[in-house]
Amino acid sequence: MRIGVDVGGTNTDAVLIKGSRVLASTKQTTTADVSSGVSAAIGALLSETGAAPSSIDAVMIGTTHFTNALVERDRLDAAGVIRLASPSGEALPPFTAWPEALVRQIGGNYFLLPGGYEYDGREIAALNEAQVRAAARTCRARGVDSIAISSAFAPMNAGMEHRAACIVRDEHPQAVISLSHEIGRLGLIERENGVILNAALASLARHVIASFEHALDRLGLKAPLYISQNDGTLISAAHAARCPVMTIGSGPTNSMRGAAFLTGVSDGVVMDVGGTTCDIGVLVNGMPRESSIAVDIGGVRTNFRMPDILAIGLGGGTRVHLDPELYQSDGLADADLRVGPDSVGYRLVQDSYLFGGETLTTSDIAVAAGHARFGDAASVPELSAAVRKTIWRRIQTMLAEGVDRMKTTAGDAPLIAVGGGHFLIADNIKGAAAVVRPPHASVANAVGAAIAQVGAQLDQIIDYDKTPREKALARMREEAAARVAAAGGAAGTIEVVDIEEIFLSYLPGRSAQVRMKAVGDLAEIGPASNPAADPAAKVRRAH
Amino acid sequence: MRIDRSMLADFARGAAFLGSGGGGDPYYSLLLAEAAAARSGPFDLIPLSDLEDNALVAPCGWIGAPTVSVEKLPNGREAVAGLQRLEDLLGRKIDAVLPIEIGGANGLAPLIAAAELGLPVVDCDGMGRAFPESQMSIFNIRKLPACPSVLTASCGSLTVIETEDNNTHERIARALSVALGGIAHMVEYPLTGAQAKANAIPGSISAAIAAGAAIREARAARRDPFEALTAALRATGLYPHCYTLFDGKIVDLERETRGGFSVGKVIIDGFGGANRLEIDFQNENLIARLNGAACAMTPDLITIMDRETADTITTEKLKYGQRVKVIGAAAPEMLRDPAALGYVGPAAFRLGLEFTPIEALNEKETA
Repeated sequence: MRIGVDVGGTNTDAVLIKGSRVLASTKQTTTADVSSGVSAAIGALLSETGAAPSSIDAVMIGTTHFTNALVERDRLDAAGVIRLASPSGEALPPFTAWPEALVRQIGGNYFLLPGGYEYDGREIAALNEAQVRAAARTCRARGVDSIAISSAFAPMNAGMEHRAACIVRDEHPQAVISLSHEIGRLGLIERENGVILNAALASLARHVIASFEHALDRLGLKAPLYISQNDGTLISAAHAARCPVMTIGSGPTNSMRGAAFLTGVSDGVVMDVGGTTCDIGVLVNGMPRESSIAVDIGGVRTNFRMPDILAIGLGGGTRVHLDPELYQSDGLADADLRVGPDSVGYRLVQDSYLFGGETLTTSDIAVAAGHARFGDAASVPELSAAVRKTIWRRIQTMLAEGVDRMKTTAGDAPLIAVGGGHFLIADNIKGAAAVVRPPHASVANAVGAAIAQVGAQLDQIIDYDKTPREKALARMREEAAARVAAAGGAAGTIEVVDIEEIFLSYLPGRSAQVRMKAVGDLAEIGPASNPAADPAAKVRRAH
Repeated sequence: MRIDRSMLADFARGAAFLGSGGGGDPYYSLLLAEAAAARSGPFDLIPLSDLEDNALVAPCGWIGAPTVSVEKLPNGREAVAGLQRLEDLLGRKIDAVLPIEIGGANGLAPLIAAAELGLPVVDCDGMGRAFPESQMSIFNIRKLPACPSVLTASCGSLTVIETEDNNTHERIARALSVALGGIAHMVEYPLTGAQAKANAIPGSISAAIAAGAAIREARAARRDPFEALTAALRATGLYPHCYTLFDGKIVDLERETRGGFSVGKVIIDGFGGANRLEIDFQNENLIARLNGAACAMTPDLITIMDRETADTITTEKLKYGQRVKVIGAAAPEMLRDPAALGYVGPAAFRLGLEFTPIEALNEKETA
């Protein structure tokens, strides 16, 4: 059995899962110390089901902690940055275009040193050991104990970053070292930004992971602890303590992967209806389709892979603007009615008619029209059938437009409805082949965290005239599989789920940038029984 | 006119649009220009008409692969080294600089040199948009020599190119950029003030700034950024006709490398699925066909933009599922005469059809 936990800003959700069955779920309040909220949630699951702590094979936690720390600029470490790329790149030193307050907090210590690689693998300049040593000593003297190392084309060859790390460790043994190739992909500035943010989170990461482990200890849980990454795969607690920045986008990813897991739908649209918005994403091969927009975190540009989410201003608390004199009319002109985008949000339970308030919301309409049952239907003002129908149809049109914007297949797609306001989605919504409403939808995040898969990503530029395409891809597959196995993946379950191939212009031969992603089930806890996994990974030549 | 730090993001946004899908993402150029502005203050932008006939003006830009340029970044001394060598070769001082290509990353390229050398930037460029090769610039079309030309790289190496014809110059420069690690800075087509006034595309920098500012202001005021953009472009007079060609989502994308170019096709379906726009590209977007019928073609501009933010999406950043609007704009008139069309019109890209102006394709019903 596995336990999945989602630590949000407000709630800590947890589920107990056996195979692909959700045995129990709970929602608790997130506590300031995190640890007690997590142990309360897990404790509630264990006492509800009577499961023995020894029967738990693994605990997986998804958390927004590190995102919040970066956005709120709270509890960040001073970080030193060693960039190996000179003489290239000196015009754009580390921290370029960062918010000044954040630079002040992190310290702005950087060293532009010779090194790095060209696109074809040659060295831009040889690594200068003495200079790396001197930089490490300077950091140590300044009390900077977290060090980020970046190098040109490190995703293709991490050799220099590793060599520099050894030298730094030698000179400054207590330093925590973050390497750019472990964090990001091609795009030096964005990747380096990511690794600096990672370095700034070092102490907090150690503290948070330790408090998670403490929570498990208190409950007598000896199971290994894993943390969710941006792409929905897991890393060990030790790895997360080293690479906390890899967890910042796990929230929406876990929610979508949880929806896929609960329904067995691997390709379709996921709609998560909250109080204020409806977040729409697309599942491709059991994974969220990725966004192509640069991701700003706390004002810093990064190139992390995040799910492509369209948020529309329509949720359970969304206000319905209609002159009360028209409530009983026989028909409405288009201009008479406006739905949203404002919402009463969490005040739904005071402000809506259903709960004794005086604001007409989408929830009032859904209940009045018989699509949901909660609150006091009798306190919703009398609406004519024509008015009810017009408002309900408007809601459906808004939702269907969102589905249509996100859908890239011509036919109708399966639609998974999750979130507290999922009743707003009608069964016959346009564009959906079928609307699936999985049980436990409100804890889809925690379910997504509990999916026991580990992954690895490679990013390389290959000249197919030098290395034949098949041979190059086979070699990458091998390396990806080896990395998944190293992350704890069970042999026999490892598969390549995504290959992205972008041919490069202005370079001789047939050069392509190839990104490959492989996943596997965690070895020590057996198959994840994820019905959404599709072994047939297609090469997407055009992303 | 002075380009201060606050206008640089507008400039970059507008230059990205004028890239017509090519020219690379100007983000790193913007960072470089902001750093230069922080060091040396605002840049001087002078109109073409301010140039003395006997002035020496130098077009600048980067040559290479956009994908490499995001890892192998400049050291900041490339442009200055190239310009100073050109001064040595010609035995006189350079009076002003200009971008060889306004579209994409190269639009902002001369700003760093201008800051370092204290030179003004001339409000003009050599392409009016982006094109894949330097012999597609208006200066080659008008038979001006590309050489002497100076190529510099971040490693400190410098090469002077002296060739008889401009095609050979482009070929040598391209091979050198590869040898230098896939990206290099190039000073080419040194011009007299008189030559610049007679041949450069006038006002393209201020047009880029105006286009970028229109998008920013519309976003801030929650108005439609596309209406603001098309109105701003029409108002420049340089891009007199401008249309929203399509609104939809990318449902298919094919691309491959042929002869060093990224060649491919993107298919965009309208919401609701009734209409389909197909765009063929070769680094830049070349032709757009609405339900099979051409609605814009090179040298007119075709730019795919994010439909929410109005950010330009260059061809290498196109992605399955993106929600986009496609904007078309008439190219500057100088690119549409018969001589120019031989270099940059549909025949130059073997599209197999005659050039028809975007306004003729989009205003049939109302004409």
